[in-house]
Amino acid sequence: GTDDHSSDLFWESRINMIHFVLLVSRQGKVRLTKWYSPYTQKERSKVIRELSGVILNRGPKLCNFIEWRGYKVVYKRYASLYFCMCIDEADNELEVLEIIHHYVEILDRYFGSVCELDLIFNFHKAYYILDELLIAGELQESSKKTVARIISAQDQLVEAAKEEASSISNIIAQATK
Amino acid sequence: MDNLFQRSLEDLIKGFRLQLLGDSSFISRALEEIRREIKATDLSTKSTALHKLSYLAAIHGVDMSWAAFHALEVVSSSRFHHKRIGYQAITQSFHDQTSVLLLITNQLRKDLNSVNEYEVSLALECLSRIGTRDLARDLSPEVFTLLGSSKSFVRKKATGVVLRVFDKYPDAVKVCFKRLVENLETSDPQILSAVVGVFCELASKDPTSCLPLAPEFFKILVESRNNWVLIKLLKIFSKLASVEPRLGRKVAEPICEHMKRTVAKSLVFECVRTVVSSLSDHEAAVKLAVAKIREFLVEDDPNLKYLGLHALSIAAPKHLWAVLENKEAVVKALSDDDPNVKLEALHLLMAMVTEDNVSEISRILMNYALKSDPLFCNEIIISVLSVCSRNAYEIIVDFDWYVSLLGEMARIPHCQRGEEIEHQLIDIGMRVRDARPQLVRVSWALLIDPALLGNMFLHPILSAASWVSGEYVEFAKNPYELVEALVQPRTDLLPPYIRAIYIHSVFKVLVFCLGSYFSAQESSSGSSSTVYESILNLVNVIEIGVWPLSGAYDVEVQERAKNVLGFIGMAKQDIAKKVNLQDNEAEACRVTAFMEDAFSEELGPISANAREKVCVPDGLELEENLGDLEEICGKFLKPVESDSVSCTDKISFSVSKLRIRDQQEASSSTSLPPKESSSLLAEHRKRHGMYYLTSKKNDPDSNGTPNDYPPANDLASEILLDPLDPKRKAKHRKSRPVVVKLDEGGESRITTSQAKTKQESVTDDESLSRDIQSALLVNKKGKEREKCEGNSNLVVVQEEETSRIEKPQNSEKKKKKKKNGERTSRKHRSRRRSEVASSSEQVEIPDLLL
Repeated sequence: GTDDHSSDLFWESRINMIHFVLLVSRQGKVRLTKWYSPYTQKERSKVIRELSGVILNRGPKLCNFIEWRGYKVVYKRYASLYFCMCIDEADNELEVLEIIHHYVEILDRYFGSVCELDLIFNFHKAYYILDELLIAGELQESSKKTVARIISAQDQLVEAAKEEASSISNIIAQATK
Repeated sequence: MDNLFQRSLEDLIKGFRLQLLGDSSFISRALEEIRREIKATDLSTKSTALHKLSYLAAIHGVDMSWAAFHALEVVSSSRFHHKRIGYQAITQSFHDQTSVLLLITNQLRKDLNSVNEYEVSLALECLSRIGTRDLARDLSPEVFTLLGSSKSFVRKKATGVVLRVFDKYPDAVKVCFKRLVENLETSDPQILSAVVGVFCELASKDPTSCLPLAPEFFKILVESRNNWVLIKLLKIFSKLASVEPRLGRKVAEPICEHMKRTVAKSLVFECVRTVVSSLSDHEAAVKLAVAKIREFLVEDDPNLKYLGLHALSIAAPKHLWAVLENKEAVVKALSDDDPNVKLEALHLLMAMVTEDNVSEISRILMNYALKSDPLFCNEIIISVLSVCSRNAYEIIVDFDWYVSLLGEMARIPHCQRGEEIEHQLIDIGMRVRDARPQLVRVSWALLIDPALLGNMFLHPILSAASWVSGEYVEFAKNPYELVEALVQPRTDLLPPYIRAIYIHSVFKVLVFCLGSYFSAQESSSGSSSTVYESILNLVNVIEIGVWPLSGAYDVEVQERAKNVLGFIGMAKQDIAKKVNLQDNEAEACRVTAFMEDAFSEELGPISANAREKVCVPDGLELEENLGDLEEICGKFLKPVESDSVSCTDKISFSVSKLRIRDQQEASSSTSLPPKESSSLLAEHRKRHGMYYLTSKKNDPDSNGTPNDYPPANDLASEILLDPLDPKRKAKHRKSRPVVVKLDEGGESRITTSQAKTKQESVTDDESLSRDIQSALLVNKKGKEREKCEGNSNLVVVQEEETSRIEKPQNSEKKKKKKKNGERTSRKHRSRRRSEVASSSEQVEIPDLLL
């Protein structure tokens, strides 16, 4: 059963700083989710619904933190997208704000002035980049250059494999002619 | 050739944006397609299908647990592209109960050992998210190896996984801890950041076990300029200082240095938080931190303002001056747009409240409450209520003022805290005798306020007001007006249980008025017609007002109404006869006197622990099985049901009625004075003394005299006189009235239960900390027995140091075999390290912990 914890939204023991990452558009559409603490699918939907309701309704001149169910959610709006990360009360809000900014900068560098559409169509890329930035809910790479290098190396790996595949299928296709 | 016609993830996303079907039907169609495709034997088709499924799960919350096995198949592909899709699906959807979880161990092991660092990275990421106890146990050797990997990319990720492994499988600490400690010495900033992150979490779980590493942490704290690392280190030290206060002195200085030096607000804030929460004894550091807080508060950036207020509230308990210095900014923040900022400001303002400024601050807050949104308004009200009532109204000197404030609160349009106000009105009535006249005045004003009756949140306040005006009617200026307020027709807006209280209060007022009427006749012996007129008026008003209620649907209301009417019926004739005292046999006179007596019994507050003070009588078996109770009760209850008249003493009024009858019987035979009820009470107390609270000073005979207040309960009354009049107090302030305060002896019980739960929660992490400690102990084996004198903590750290000097040599030996290229640098580093270590042995360690 996936609904073992559906009664409460709280995860048992904390082993990571960031509990989840959420990207929501101004219209309330989810653009990316990443969960570092165990949630069931039901809880995930509930969290998303609850938080996007609160965050989208906050005015522009307010602070970037909200207290939520005993946790803190740090969010920042970039163009039409809200980037949100959930942390514990005792964690450093400004640091998380910097992590968010860091992520946005890396995305920007990767896509070349990133926009919402880039993230919609390259959802998996945004995911892979996040995975190079954070591991187990901790920041693991603070150098933008390094992240860019690692990502492009992996892209090349995939491209090479694809080329190989397509050339083989070409060969087969020609052979069966 | 399925592949050719398969929609890619991009096609799916584009299709989604163009579709006209509606989200849910488009998704279910796509799912249908995915279910078909994912069954393909071709891994390319399968992985694309899985990729699409992951997308739908992440963005649209579609369930993907059914595809767990397919994900495993995709992961086993030799192609990186497939693997990546497979691992992403697994991290996203697997949890401890996923049934195919057991099948992944070998695949993870294979990938952890891969020569392709990106495959290793995928496996590590996966493990960090789904690692169970079994996985952590089976794969800890691989993680251990990777912690020493020459590729920093891999080492960094392996470090990130360690926490999950430790958490699930504490035995892994024995294997991996040493490598982790070694990584603290790394020059690679990313690895250092990861390791410090791990220790930050370990220290927050169990600070004591990380204490021996304090010298290492300290070195990084002084040398590092990496803000991410420093923030983690500050968190570590704040935890360590909580178990080893002497550390504070050592770290205060470098923390201040960072605070002065850095421009990064995140680091400044962390320094501030560390200082105000963990180094609050270090005056210079606190001063600097408070100066930084002030900088935050004057910034326009709402984030800094919020954090500044937040830091102030951490500082408040120990350094109230810091809050007082910034009072202006705090008050200003009350009208901020941001609810978070407002809330922080409110908490701070409440922290500032003292005996001297409580009225000023309350005045400010009431003004804010009037113009705030309902949520914040009630937040203000509840804050004021809870701060003022703390510890039996400790900070309140002028109760007349406070009671008026309570009345004012009831008139704030958004007020929804009726129940708390109700409780305090009654509580003050019972505890503070001097406040009663004002209480009755305020209550009357509340009762006649038409706005309150229409607001159901405020009904509890009316309930309290009506009770107060009945109970303390002797302070009422005009009982007639009081009665008019209590029987006004609009009271039918109240719920029945409150109306019952209203009627009961009417009854008390009536008894009081009749009592004084009769005794007035006694003294003046002649009856003035005006007094007679007014008493008759009163009785008529009551009769007219209460009479309709004798047919009320609610039994409680009905019964009380009938009681009042019955009493009036009895008394009316005698009033008409203009009885006087000589007419001793007049029933009304006697009954009124009796009722007055019954009502004059003062009600005091009861300790929450009252029941605990009753000791268990001898021979009472509390543990006995009560299985056959029903049988016994069955026999016992039936006869009672048949003559149920005498046993319903649930309603207090019925009891009084019974008492009247008892008393009538008693007086007819023994002709005792109307003090009877209290002597009956005394007799009851004598007979069933053990059910009463132990009382030293209570003497039932002196019931009427004021000096035996408080009655009945074991009350440790406390008189707070003005302490050493500073200036203005002496001029116009009256001394604080007596506030009855109970000796709450139950605290020890509460704390032990808290301690117990604390202990329970600790046991979870116990094994982990034990392992960390033993891992550290391994390092200092051998020399342990030599020095045992002096401070044990000191010894531990010293030994830790000395053993660390040897460690690099050991690892060097291993490295030699491997013919490592960085040998020379390693050697150099180890020499440098031993220098540092030996120098720190002389200077740093004693300093650090002393």
